[in-house]
Amino acid sequence: MNISYMYSLIAVIVLFLLAYVGAMLPGGEVFFGIIIPYLALIIFILGFINRVVDWARSPVPFRIPTTCGQEKSLPWIKPNSIDNPTTTGGVIIRMFLEVVFFRSLFRNTKMALQEGDKLSYEWEKWLWLFSLAFHWTFFVVIFRHLRFFTEPVPALVELVAKLDGFLQIGLPELRISGVVLLGALMFLFLRRIYIPQMRFISLASDYFPLFLIIGIAFTGILMRYFTKVDIVGVKEFTMNLVTFKPHITEGIGSIFYVHLFFVSVLLAYFPFSKLMHLGGIFMSPTRNMVNNNRFKRHINPWNYPVEVHTYEQYEDEFREKMVGVGLPVVKPLAAKTPEEPEEKE
Amino acid sequence: MSELPSPDEFLSKIDHKPSPTGWMDTPVEIRRGIACHAAKPDRLEYVGFPNPREWSCFDEDWQLPENWQEILHKGFKERLDRFRSVKIFMDICVRCGACADKCHFFIGSGDPKNMPVVRAELLRSVYRNDFTTAGKILGLFGKKAKKAYGARELTLEVLKEWWYYFFQCTECRRCSVFCPYGIDTAEITIFGRELLNLIGLNIDWVAAPVAFCYRTGNHLGIQPHAYKDMMDFFTDEIEEVCGVRVKPHFMKKKADILFITPSGDVFADPGTFTCMGYMMLFHFLQEKYGLEITWSTYASEGGNFGFFTSHEMMKRLNAKMYAEAKRLGVKWILGGECGHMWRVVHQYMDTMNGPADFLEEPINPITGTKFENAKSTKMVHICEFVADLIKHGKLDLDPSRNDHLKVTYHDSCNPARGMGLLEEPRYVIKNVCNHFYEMPANTIREQTFCCGSGAGLNAGENMELRMQGALPRINAAKYVHEKHGVNMLSCVCAIDRAAFPTALEYWLPEVDNCGVHELVANALILPGEKKRTVDLRNEPLPGMEDEDDE
Repeated sequence: MNISYMYSLIAVIVLFLLAYVGAMLPGGEVFFGIIIPYLALIIFILGFINRVVDWARSPVPFRIPTTCGQEKSLPWIKPNSIDNPTTTGGVIIRMFLEVVFFRSLFRNTKMALQEGDKLSYEWEKWLWLFSLAFHWTFFVVIFRHLRFFTEPVPALVELVAKLDGFLQIGLPELRISGVVLLGALMFLFLRRIYIPQMRFISLASDYFPLFLIIGIAFTGILMRYFTKVDIVGVKEFTMNLVTFKPHITEGIGSIFYVHLFFVSVLLAYFPFSKLMHLGGIFMSPTRNMVNNNRFKRHINPWNYPVEVHTYEQYEDEFREKMVGVGLPVVKPLAAKTPEEPEEKE
Repeated sequence: MSELPSPDEFLSKIDHKPSPTGWMDTPVEIRRGIACHAAKPDRLEYVGFPNPREWSCFDEDWQLPENWQEILHKGFKERLDRFRSVKIFMDICVRCGACADKCHFFIGSGDPKNMPVVRAELLRSVYRNDFTTAGKILGLFGKKAKKAYGARELTLEVLKEWWYYFFQCTECRRCSVFCPYGIDTAEITIFGRELLNLIGLNIDWVAAPVAFCYRTGNHLGIQPHAYKDMMDFFTDEIEEVCGVRVKPHFMKKKADILFITPSGDVFADPGTFTCMGYMMLFHFLQEKYGLEITWSTYASEGGNFGFFTSHEMMKRLNAKMYAEAKRLGVKWILGGECGHMWRVVHQYMDTMNGPADFLEEPINPITGTKFENAKSTKMVHICEFVADLIKHGKLDLDPSRNDHLKVTYHDSCNPARGMGLLEEPRYVIKNVCNHFYEMPANTIREQTFCCGSGAGLNAGENMELRMQGALPRINAAKYVHEKHGVNMLSCVCAIDRAAFPTALEYWLPEVDNCGVHELVANALILPGEKKRTVDLRNEPLPGMEDEDDE
């Protein structure tokens, strides 16, 4: 049994029980409904800023883009201005495609050793597809939730919610994003379990956010389709929360607090975890830098002088030999004999 | 080589399935055939590196300084403050595994710790323990809690793992192409090796060239007179093949251009043929257009093994290029075929040792082309230079003299992924050869595979590692060999030319290896040359020797 994911699974179950039971205790609703969410939000905002500022504090001493296409050199050779950008515009397009469409992951291949001696590299689209599905649907779900935090609800939010439910199955109508989100999460989880290499590299901190987000999606779906949570009550509560007039609405039910608690934990956990790739991707020097190295000098703020072996030192050591084979020297051979005899090759 | 199993046996033993336990529960086993010899003390002493001593990685005791953990902790901290790249790469990896099967060493060995993600985790685990809040808090709950978070203390065991795996990475950046965040294992390895060097842990195949280069100007430790002797020898060889005596310039003041190339090409086949190619090309340009290109024995190394040691050492070795160009008063610098040399020249040199305001913005005086892309660094790649000459019809070429060759081209890692030099060499090859075939798309250009011996791993004692690393590249060459009858694997890297002959002999003996400018020289018609009946290797040119015999 894989200890890494058991830890994480147990942690998420414990969190579930904590909120489920805790919300029923006296003062529990205030604690899980008001104190924890505010605290989590503060941790998230400060933690996120702190992490980004901390990254920014370290300079980028060298310009080291990973070039994934033809450089700009001779005028008649067509450069690849996106994968090997020489302008800020090129970098913006490269980053946009990276952030929005996971361009690098799209390149993914799967290696196999076949027939004993043939290596093959097949296009591997599933990781790309499910990652994209996960991130996009998660985004849509979060965006849809704006309807709980705005009054009146912006038309765009309504529209997205409507599109999301266009299949019109059941009542309340099925939102596709939630289902795809859960499915993509399951894929991302299962590949960590079933692909031996993935199991080898996966840490508890890889499973934990997966289970946590599965928990969020699960409790959300539970409320919407099964326990049929009091939506009006929830909206009253969330509006009070975002207008900083926190007030508990009675009778929303424990599952809601579990849902909210999971989200809070995710927010508080975010800045201390790999989830910071959300911020980091924008600052990755191999992706966000322009490959104009040889035509625009990059400055290293901590560049310091170093000890070098000068030509003069070199000639002093080898002058006689240089003269011997007719190599030009700066100082002519002195009458002085060389002090040290020569060794090996 | 004799200790290696047969290629078939080698292949049958590759298993890409790791043990079911996590990587932290899989102890490191330093193996012969994979690990390299430790740096000898005199190498470190010569360049003033700490802790010089006789030692071996197979010893129980590595004779580390008493406070080695403290040194590394401090070194780690300092470097996090200096390099945003590594700091970010420590934090944002999600372990998606896209990099896993992109590494030639993982493909060729199946050792799961050669998955780039794990190589980085070796550092990250210590980073989490020493430098993150979460790691410190979880540390209070004991080792197990830390481990769940992927954190661990820097123990001797961990240090040995660092050593073993940071010298199983060639800094080729292939994984970085596929990483959704651009995490670059080259940065990780550079960082890791820089730390190891703080306590005197280097391999001799890196440390010796560094010391040699510092003293003699080149990695092989060739002293000026020996360098000149080699060039004289090439001059004789060229005369034998072409009937023309070339006259290379050495450290000629006020020459137009300073030429710098890896010393490996002066020393060992098949690089020597590429070197002869340069000499013939420069002779042609001098005779025909009066262009003066000078060599230097002081700056007689294009490569930079300092890059495989530390940023500081890289700068110390690289300084010679600009210093010599300034001393000689040339207009600009031309760089030969080399891999990591071009990463250093392209991405580091100007920043480290510039600005090169004593040089002119490079212009090809023969064609009038301004090398706009090199106007600050003032160093031009020979493939850019020659492609420009060919495009303007300035070279007299007879590509049929390469008709006995069916050529494919190996993009060297650094010019491909640290620069983007993809079309120039292809253009040159297609103009000097009639038979050119590309290897499969997933193995060339930005997805090219390393030769398996870069970043200082081209030693003799780690032959099994080298053959593992070379497998993906040679396997792709084998594909075009079987499909098109390719018999020549060309490249623009001196390490390639040192590594491929051995790798080809083992994996694919039917195919040979050459530099692009060997092909250029075969085709180049020198003024006043005799009818060529052999190529630069003194191998008869089919169809040309007959008339001679009759």
